[in-house]
Amino acid sequence: MFAYIVRRMLQSVIVLLVVGLVAFSMFRFVGDPIDNMLGQERTQADIDRLRAELGLDQPFPVQYYKFLKNAVQGNFGVSYRQGRPVSTIIAERAPATLELAFVSGFLAITMGIALGVFTAIRRQGIAANVIMTVSLIGVSLPTFLIGILLIYIFSVELDLLPSFGRGETVMIGNWSTGFLTTSGLKALILPAITLGLYQMTLIMRLVRSEMLEVLRADYVRFARARGLSDRVINFRHALKNTMVPVITITGLQLGSIIAFAIITETVFQWPGVGLLFINAIQFVDIPVMAAYLMLISVMFVSINLIVDLLYYAIDPRLRVDARAT
Amino acid sequence: MSLLTINDLTVEFPTRRQLFTAVDHVDLSVEPGEIHGLVGESGAGKSTIGAAIMGLLDRPGRIASGTIKLSGDQISGLDAVAMRGLRGKKISMIFQDPLTSLNPLFTVREQLTETIQAHLGGTDAEANQRARDLIDRVGIPDPDTRLDQYPHQFSGGMRQRVVIALALCTEPDVIIADEPTTALDVSVQAQILDLIKELALERQVGVILITHDMGVIADTTDKVTVMYAGKVVETGPTSQVMGKPTHEYTKSLIAAVPRPTLKLHRFPQISYGGRETRFAIDDMARHWPKVDNDTSKPVFEIRNLTKKFLQRKGLLPWDRTYFTAVDDVSFDIRAGEVFGVVGESGSGKSTIARMIAGLYPVDGGTITFEGQVVSDLTNRAALDAYRKNIQMIFQDPYSSLNPRMRVDDIVAEPIRHHKLMEGSDIKRRVNELLDQVGLGHEAGLKYPHEFSGGQRQRISIARALATQPRFLICDEPTSALDVSIQAQILNILKDLQEHLGLTLLFISHDLPVVRQMCDRVAVMKQGKVVELQETNELFANPQTEYASELLRLMPKLDDLSTDGLEAEI
Repeated sequence: MFAYIVRRMLQSVIVLLVVGLVAFSMFRFVGDPIDNMLGQERTQADIDRLRAELGLDQPFPVQYYKFLKNAVQGNFGVSYRQGRPVSTIIAERAPATLELAFVSGFLAITMGIALGVFTAIRRQGIAANVIMTVSLIGVSLPTFLIGILLIYIFSVELDLLPSFGRGETVMIGNWSTGFLTTSGLKALILPAITLGLYQMTLIMRLVRSEMLEVLRADYVRFARARGLSDRVINFRHALKNTMVPVITITGLQLGSIIAFAIITETVFQWPGVGLLFINAIQFVDIPVMAAYLMLISVMFVSINLIVDLLYYAIDPRLRVDARAT
Repeated sequence: MSLLTINDLTVEFPTRRQLFTAVDHVDLSVEPGEIHGLVGESGAGKSTIGAAIMGLLDRPGRIASGTIKLSGDQISGLDAVAMRGLRGKKISMIFQDPLTSLNPLFTVREQLTETIQAHLGGTDAEANQRARDLIDRVGIPDPDTRLDQYPHQFSGGMRQRVVIALALCTEPDVIIADEPTTALDVSVQAQILDLIKELALERQVGVILITHDMGVIADTTDKVTVMYAGKVVETGPTSQVMGKPTHEYTKSLIAAVPRPTLKLHRFPQISYGGRETRFAIDDMARHWPKVDNDTSKPVFEIRNLTKKFLQRKGLLPWDRTYFTAVDDVSFDIRAGEVFGVVGESGSGKSTIARMIAGLYPVDGGTITFEGQVVSDLTNRAALDAYRKNIQMIFQDPYSSLNPRMRVDDIVAEPIRHHKLMEGSDIKRRVNELLDQVGLGHEAGLKYPHEFSGGQRQRISIARALATQPRFLICDEPTSALDVSIQAQILNILKDLQEHLGLTLLFISHDLPVVRQMCDRVAVMKQGKVVELQETNELFANPQTEYASELLRLMPKLDDLSTDGLEAEI
């Protein structure tokens, strides 16, 4: 098992390196940061001096190498636009995104699994069919449209919830949280639903189809023949078997909740890392972009690792192989 | 008063177009301690009776009339809650496939104790003790460790024992065993049937044994009911029904069972219900290229053949472990003969077939076909030329045909691949082949799912014959088929060998079938050939202990009627 984790870690490092390489090779096409940094009255000498200072005159592999060398020591450089260390900026912004992602991920998983099981067990029922039809909307509407719709209904027309921002936050150490104030919690509702709706409907449909499959399996028939109650059959025997394939997709979806936060954060002007990234692109703030992309890849890679480990926890058939590898 | 009485039971499945009657006015009764066989071909309604007793009919099936009584109390038509109280408590069920009837994610202990507690309540300690006793009773050694293992850590036979333990959890009065040994090897089958017999006697349980296997019926049951198309055609004590069948269907069914003791020239076909399909061997022989089989020369010479499968991966060679599936095997296959390979599952017989067909690379040794070494061919053209001469018929007629291809395309594929014909000739040839295997050329326009198992196996045969091969590999070609269909397919294969001069490699675990089909037989055990003999010699005087053990475990069919069978001299 230990060897397996070590091997996965090594693979993760390779993935990160490749992501960084691709990112750096693309930064040249985003635009020239110098344009934004120097004012109208610049001279060619100023431009050349700044370019040399930032190391932008060097080919991108060299820039990448320097970035890596500093990144290993925890130094992600200084934002061109704000003139502050990137690590500080991201640390300030990360809580907003993580709290949003946590709430919408939690919503997506709990509601997704609950509704999925419900629609599978009551396959013929009216409620299940209504849920299935409505879920099509969740799958097919784009995130930004859902966000705008929600703002229109709940903020503009009904005036119940704020349309942008995080509300009041409380600092706990370095972590600014919106969980502890009423306005912070109210501000979370719309963005969390917007971000989680797609994942929720996806998980729900996946759980439903897997569950229907499992309910037809021989061991479920045998469990029925042994006179076990429907509750035990559905929630003990069937649900656990349903989870095995569902976990993979769900894991990947959680990764994309953080990645998709960019759109939601833009719609709701949520002060998280996604919004930071969008602004960084506009100003060609290379250190911020690089750090953000690295952060997202670390997240995806670690979620994948956790998913694979969960597999072993749930399915005993895999444990034998795990010991062997 | 009988333990279980079924009176005038009718089960219907309403479909959009018509009402399908799966069980048609059936009467049945089971006494305590009695094993009652329910036999018939697929679709006869025997499993539906089992499901009706359990109250587990698949939707939209329903009991249209009749009653089911357990110890005098009516149990048909009970509501779901009352039925659940009976299921597992008074009536238990054993399913066919032990691989899929246990939940893979729970330990054996968890599955046993949850069933015990669902019906008897009691503390965890009591349930655990009972679980241990049961596991011990069904003959699983070392119950304390085994209890905490997961189903995948058990072999097929051991798993079926766990299933039986689960069925016994709460001292049921009736056990319904639906094909309990169909998925098991002969030796394991014998053990499981013995266990069921013992338990029936010891606990005075009434057992309904549903099977299509006449051998199992003859060996195990006290009474038997023969079913055909939802109706009971004959019922009575086993020895009487098997020995002196009175109904035409029973007679033809018994006649189609391959006998271990009696070599027949052809299988009598079941004529009841008018399902015989013609196989036009003469038409085929006219177009077949003449081969003169020099029977003294071997077609295949197989020397020191070895195949290893990687069992544990490892970066370093000494970290890897291998499983030797075929271990230093040598034999010859003579021109024009049917060469049989028998053995239990995992003995390596299919692996040999696949190596000969070139589907698996060889890890050691050589395969020589008509003087040419073919096991190390890498040249595409040479391989194709070799493969044109050998074709394969697989066990499972459901998964060996591509469901998204039309039947004429399936049969034409080998012709197109080997570029044997072009344009309209292909179409003509395919139609001929389909006519000759008795399907009719209109079958070409349909898709595989529109055919029954036996018809699909005919499609496989047509496909195998499309390249006019010299050599056919039949890997358990009939083990998924009903006995009457099996007889038809085996007759076809025999015709091919006799009239077209084909050489057959016939792989099977079914000794009586091998006896009927093969000229010589190799007995395999754990990757090695332990005995190679003329078929008659093997059945009369097995030389090795393993072969005699296999023969001993084979169901005895001595009690079966031999009316209408003509032995081959």
